[in-house]
Amino acid sequence: MSSIYITAFIVGGLICVIGQLLFDVAKLTPAHTLCLLVVAGSILDGLGLYEPLIDFAGAGATIPITSFGNSLTHGALAEAEKHGLIGVLTGMFEVTSSGISSAILFGFIAAIIFKPKGNV
Amino acid sequence: MDEKKYAKLEQEISPKIPLMKNILKAFLTGGIICLVAQFVALFYMTYFDFTERTASNPTVATMIFFSMLLTGFGLYKKIGQFGGAGSAVPITGFGNAVISAAIEHKSEGYVLGVGSNMFKLAGSVILFGVFSAFVVALIKTILVKLGVVSW
Repeated sequence: MSSIYITAFIVGGLICVIGQLLFDVAKLTPAHTLCLLVVAGSILDGLGLYEPLIDFAGAGATIPITSFGNSLTHGALAEAEKHGLIGVLTGMFEVTSSGISSAILFGFIAAIIFKPKGNV
Repeated sequence: MDEKKYAKLEQEISPKIPLMKNILKAFLTGGIICLVAQFVALFYMTYFDFTERTASNPTVATMIFFSMLLTGFGLYKKIGQFGGAGSAVPITGFGNAVISAAIEHKSEGYVLGVGSNMFKLAGSVILFGVFSAFVVALIKTILVKLGVVSW
């Protein structure tokens, strides 16, 4: 039970190290790096490799942005399994709704509560 | 000055990136954020009716809530300066991009400012996530229909 905390820390840290290498060595902008990681997550799920990583590392795999690509693909595949090709389109946001809806909601709440102070 | 000379000169003049230090900081920051999230997931599994797999949804929402507080009080920027990719890659970085854009454009009004600019930075992540998910899922669905692979 306690080993999941260690693997979460290590796997989550390592995915961030990949991001840092893309920043510093490949000289990509943060936006390009995040897009690349999202695409990588969705391809890994297509190959069936991301779910085992979640079982192994828990939040270490679900919190990095790669899991966003993974859950988009996962929702699309789950619906496609039920409804065929049209499910690819309709199922996409089924799993990952919480990330986007909470980002929109909390973003709006934050805009109401907080005052802009320079570059937040 | 030709291109080669310029590239060499650029390399000499630009400050050396402390690569190992940056990697270590990113590892620590990203690892700690994921560790906190793992404890949040434990909370949802213990006190609510969530399994290990379904707990990730409320965990993501909670982490973005933390990100809202840290961004609003100007602390996430400081974490970002220390952690680099360690603070940008976790979902809290995605939340920070949305939330900071929302706060920053408040003065232009809620519709034209907050609403239109919220996804200024995060939009590209959503675009490429959706597009790649579409392509991957399409390819896999076709391959399954053809009997090459199974679900």
